[in-house]
Amino acid sequence: MRRSMLFLPGNNPNMLINGNCLGSDAIIFDLEDAVAPDQKDAARILVRNTMKYMDFRGCEIIVRINSIDTPYWKQDLDEIMPHRPGLILVPKTCSAADVLEADAYMTQVEEKLGMEKNTVGLMPLIETALGVENAFSIASATKRVKALFLGAEDLTADLQCKRTKESREIEYARTRLVVAARAAGVDVYDTPFTDVNDDEGIQVDAALAKALGFTGKASISPRHVEVINAVFSPTQKEVDYAYEVLEAIALAKEQGKGAISLYGKMIDAPIVNRAKQTIAMAEALGMERGM
Amino acid sequence: MEIKKLASAGTMESSDAYVEIEPATGLEITLESVVSQQFGDSIRQVVRDVLTEQGVENAKIRVVDRGALECVIRARVETAIVRGGN
Amino acid sequence: MSKLVNSIREAIQLAGLKDGMTVSFHHHLRNGDFVLNMVMEEVANLGIKDITVNASSLFDTHLPLQGHIANGVVTGICANYISAPLGRAISQGILEKPVQFRTHGGRPSDICTGNTPIDVAFIAAPTSDPMGNCSGKYGKSACGSLGYAYADAMHAKKVVIITDNLVPYPLMDFSIPEIYVDYVVNVDAIGNPKGIVSGTTQITRDPVGLVMAQHAVKVIENSGLLKDGFSFQTGAGGASLAAAKFLKDVMLEKGIQGSFGLGGITGYLVDMLHAGCFKSLMDVQCFDLKAVESLRTNPNHQEISAMQYASPAFKSAVVDSLDVVILGATEIDTDFNVNVHTDSNGYIMGGSGGHSDTAAGAKLSMIIAPMFRARLPIVTDHVNCISTPGKDIDVLVTQGGIAVNPKNVELTKNLKDAGLPIIDIHELKEKTERITGKPKVIAKGDRVVAEVISRNGGILDKIYNVPSF
Repeated sequence: MRRSMLFLPGNNPNMLINGNCLGSDAIIFDLEDAVAPDQKDAARILVRNTMKYMDFRGCEIIVRINSIDTPYWKQDLDEIMPHRPGLILVPKTCSAADVLEADAYMTQVEEKLGMEKNTVGLMPLIETALGVENAFSIASATKRVKALFLGAEDLTADLQCKRTKESREIEYARTRLVVAARAAGVDVYDTPFTDVNDDEGIQVDAALAKALGFTGKASISPRHVEVINAVFSPTQKEVDYAYEVLEAIALAKEQGKGAISLYGKMIDAPIVNRAKQTIAMAEALGMERGM
Repeated sequence: MEIKKLASAGTMESSDAYVEIEPATGLEITLESVVSQQFGDSIRQVVRDVLTEQGVENAKIRVVDRGALECVIRARVETAIVRGGN
Repeated sequence: MSKLVNSIREAIQLAGLKDGMTVSFHHHLRNGDFVLNMVMEEVANLGIKDITVNASSLFDTHLPLQGHIANGVVTGICANYISAPLGRAISQGILEKPVQFRTHGGRPSDICTGNTPIDVAFIAAPTSDPMGNCSGKYGKSACGSLGYAYADAMHAKKVVIITDNLVPYPLMDFSIPEIYVDYVVNVDAIGNPKGIVSGTTQITRDPVGLVMAQHAVKVIENSGLLKDGFSFQTGAGGASLAAAKFLKDVMLEKGIQGSFGLGGITGYLVDMLHAGCFKSLMDVQCFDLKAVESLRTNPNHQEISAMQYASPAFKSAVVDSLDVVILGATEIDTDFNVNVHTDSNGYIMGGSGGHSDTAAGAKLSMIIAPMFRARLPIVTDHVNCISTPGKDIDVLVTQGGIAVNPKNVELTKNLKDAGLPIIDIHELKEKTERITGKPKVIAKGDRVVAEVISRNGGILDKIYNVPSF
């Protein structure tokens, strides 16, 4: 379950060591933008040690490595992958070729470590115009890709437009990414809302992301985590409906029926899958069936 | 690893440690810590452990600890060693 | 009749200050105060020795006291709070007689009952008339409330007002009336405005502080106390201010109309008053310019004395009507005893202030503190010094879980039912030590350098010297 993902700067011990107390489902240790070029080595070792020695149970660890056009990314993977992060976030992914390059090296590291292939997932960070246009081929490039991640700050710079709170400028990128990810059968995560002090803004922005079909949303402030979690948690109504779907399916099987409907709507495979996901999430959140 | 030059790592911020390393004959560790009463011995041991792990036999190392956790001290010492050995 | 005298020196002489006597000061000018140092310098110049200083609090700026102790001018200190530089010197044993720490409520009790008689009270007043009607609300050194000075004014044998804004008689809207005042001195400056009140304090950006503040507000929401008529006090620390901000949002969302905010008042409480979260503020001390401005202009913002704030010696005090207080701690032990007097190495760096008064009075007293600071766990087996007894503490909020004092059976259940991360305090201690490692117990000296006097009288704990290595 990744409703919320919180970015934490990779060379800041004070932030890293408290990562699992900040309420988000996942934390992203950032080795890229949050770390100055002359501290890349220090951050890499610090993040590796944090993962090695600290117990972050209950909170998934994602690491944003440096982009594949830098001299850092392979070393990042060498140090980080032994400690089995949930996902590697690869910035500035523009094409399927970028994904294949990262994937090939990750496979190599996994082999060296004696880990099964695809143990560590990959999440391309789409933050260029080219990346948006190539979204589907990126999402479906390899089995290692588990999700797409939209980065609006760099994207708007690339689009030569201003990043605004209303977010009209990223409407296309958002919907395009959701469609591409869903078409490829992977998850998709929305860009952070950057005004830390705008409590209403984050609510609106997260609700929009959820309405568009995003799986969850990233954040740069723990203040946003609670709102994001609430927005991306299933409602009681959704949970109850999910149980009904599964019951209807079970009943149909019993009766040997092929197609069934619930409230006049055909229940097909995607609806069943969604119901299963909803129930898994409800169980993780300790939600019970209401009716 | 041979320490070839003066190098440093880390910061003086709270929960971090600042580490300086330089070439020397034999090992010399100095520690300044806000928690030296409570953790001084264990910090010195950790510094020695990292030096051993990295195969450093000759170096002068100074650690200014601002209440860093052990994994942070390890990271800063290792970074300083790598920087000093390159 | 004229009470005006030309200098502090003259006032000291007229007041008849002699060897062995006690002088008193309030701390409304906080770290900007000039008055204590000016007075003590003249006392020293006059060759007077063996003086006891009874100050409501002592700050960094009062470090010159160390010199007066060294040369025998000052031989005794009573205070409710002593900040680190002087505290450290005291912990090193510079004073033969142990410091007496009281609470903001206990100090005026002892002054009024005669347990701690004051020979001469020197009261810094940002505005005064020549007869001594004075106020903290006006003048270039305005500090707002003069709450801590009332008991001194009422009970000291001689009272000297020291002002830097002398206005014609009579000053309207005075706090302390002329009936208690013997002498008035006009000086160039009683303090540095920058150190007296701060500008707007920003709420913390520290993620851990924000998470703790969110937890704290959820505890309040589920305590059963957050309803119309709710009353609240919080400190001026980053996480406490964040909690006040989040609490305001919740109160507005739910349309809850509280009754009063109490304490050291900050701009955040003033905002809550303006937003309709409270009907009034009860103000013993102003922390920032916004609070001073509000006290001066808003009739629903009421100045109160330290006696009315927190003293157990009177028929009632405001703390007795308080619902929720948010407090800090340097350490808390598994019996919920809290230390706010000494740092992790045993050096004095604070004091109870209103900590144990509000904890005793409030229906829900909550400590907000991180699981560890600079690798030192907040929860210990035994605190170095008991500032507030565990029986008065209800909840400890950390980023790693919320520990409820086991005496609060129903609260524990309510918070658990609300899905809050409740953790046994022993478990919290172990969880923290898994992260930090187990600290070695620090060495204590064998000489008592300070006594912590309970708000009801009697010694709550003793603070020992820190041996030098």
